Amino acid sequence: MMSSARQVREYWTKMNIIEAENLSKRFGELIAVEKVTLNVIEGEIFGFLGPNGAGKTTTINMLCTLLRPTSGTALVDGYDIIRQRNRVRRSIGLVFQDPTLDEYLTGEQNLRFHAYAYNVPRSVRERRIGELLELVGLSDRRKNKARTYSGGMKRRLELARGLLHRPRVLFLDEPTLGLDPQTRRHIWEYIHTLRQQERLTIFLTTHYMDEAENCDRIAIIDYGRIVALDTPDGLKDSLGGDLVTLEAEDNQSAILELKERYRLSAEIHNGVIGFCVPQGERFLPGFVRGFQSRLLSIGVRRPTLDDVFLRLTGHAIRDQEADSMERMRVMMRSKR
Amino acid sequence: MLSSFAMPLLFLVIFGVGFNRIIGVLTPGIDFVKFIYPGIVTMTVLMTSVFSGLSVVWDREFGFLKEVLVAPLSRTGIVLGKAAGSATVATIQGSMLLVLAPLIGITLTPLLVIKVIPLLIMISVSLSGLGILIASRMRSQQGFHMVVQLIVFPLIFLSGIFFPVNDVPVWLQMIVKVNPLTYGVDAIRQIFLGGDFTAVPSAMQSGSSIMGITVFGHTMTVLEDVGVIAILGLVLILAATWSFNRQE
Repeated sequence: MMSSARQVREYWTKMNIIEAENLSKRFGELIAVEKVTLNVIEGEIFGFLGPNGAGKTTTINMLCTLLRPTSGTALVDGYDIIRQRNRVRRSIGLVFQDPTLDEYLTGEQNLRFHAYAYNVPRSVRERRIGELLELVGLSDRRKNKARTYSGGMKRRLELARGLLHRPRVLFLDEPTLGLDPQTRRHIWEYIHTLRQQERLTIFLTTHYMDEAENCDRIAIIDYGRIVALDTPDGLKDSLGGDLVTLEAEDNQSAILELKERYRLSAEIHNGVIGFCVPQGERFLPGFVRGFQSRLLSIGVRRPTLDDVFLRLTGHAIRDQEADSMERMRVMMRSKR
Repeated sequence: MLSSFAMPLLFLVIFGVGFNRIIGVLTPGIDFVKFIYPGIVTMTVLMTSVFSGLSVVWDREFGFLKEVLVAPLSRTGIVLGKAAGSATVATIQGSMLLVLAPLIGITLTPLLVIKVIPLLIMISVSLSGLGILIASRMRSQQGFHMVVQLIVFPLIFLSGIFFPVNDVPVWLQMIVKVNPLTYGVDAIRQIFLGGDFTAVPSAMQSGSSIMGITVFGHTMTVLEDVGVIAILGLVLILAATWSFNRQE
């Protein structure tokens, strides 16, 4: 009866597996996450996209009960992340940015420890460990110490571990950070397989734009705030068509001309002017003929999530990677 | 194995044999080596227990602690599990030192061993609580070592391992008697050496000056000493659990 009632409900409404409301976290003067409100629908791959230091990990840590929010709250699988921490912990699986394996245990032992900690019944434990090691391609290394694994193998083992207790939501914090392209592709294959096989919801953070494309929906976060939340296509469409990039001899007068003659608001980034128009290929020939300022180069392409990010935040996601510390300092100062 | 044996042996030989000629017999039947031996057994257990907190710092450095903290495990369970682990190691180390007893002139009776080992376990669980409490707030091994040296070494040296507590100046007595570890050392010492007093009746009176801590005119019995350690252990384990629960 229970399950059929649930099926009916799922049929009518898509369930929210995560509901966060005004989630905020301060570390002293620093506001790491500010009033994050979001819903994650059961069964989707939800991406959290933003530069390093934007508050992605802090948000995940709050959702998975490792950090207490300063204000606001959230429900994960219907349980309150502050008052029902152990229930939340049972519902979620995690793969952190940095390895969290016991290096002196073998791959298999790491999984077994996890099974004990999560009370996985003895009857299914060994079979599941075997299946998951098979899934992530570590069956032949199961008896080796985790210390001897490569970075990619460790990440795969953690992925297997995070699934061992059949969580409803799998949190992946930068699942492919520091991995080579081939391993990255493999990890993504697993993620897609998992969603199909396990009907799992996946909540992941990334600062790789190309990876964010794999998500069903993306929240863009910058300086601790969500600045946009939509499907990847929806976000790109929000720019209003195709992106035209051009360099002129005199960029300032070119921008002025775009504004006055074409009613286009253009932005300049790294000496390149960018603006969006519907049907860029059709727009370009006439534009090149009529444009008064001297052009050095011109191009048109579908916008990427990079462009969306740039438009929404005024800076490119790559800009701050080198100086996330500097960003923290700026934030501290602005809060004084 | 060898290193855990080396340190207490060093203390026993250097302090014991070194000072024995000058200090000699403290009270009939008990010379200085015999006096410090129970203290050194206790010290070994204390140190191993406190330092086992280091494993928590390691787990944090390796990241494994996160896996533990995010699991649906009760924080009390995590702390007790850690304490049980370190108590096992510490008690085995302490018990290994029992082998030296006959060399020093203490006869090991089964009854003595049965009394000593549970007490060592208790002391060890309590002090693991202290190690875990410190570790729960430490981000690095260096930090842990620093705090341990600042807090734990004074506690150990001021617990009457190397001198009879009732015979030192009053200001030192006050410090030593406030230190809960003193009662652990005393309990172990009373169990080890208690038999020797009854064997030498003349020692009964003077024996009280080297064993049995006098607090407000009352001399602590083994059972009362055990009570102090039990309370200390409870407080430390609870504090460690609380600290674990609160950390972010």
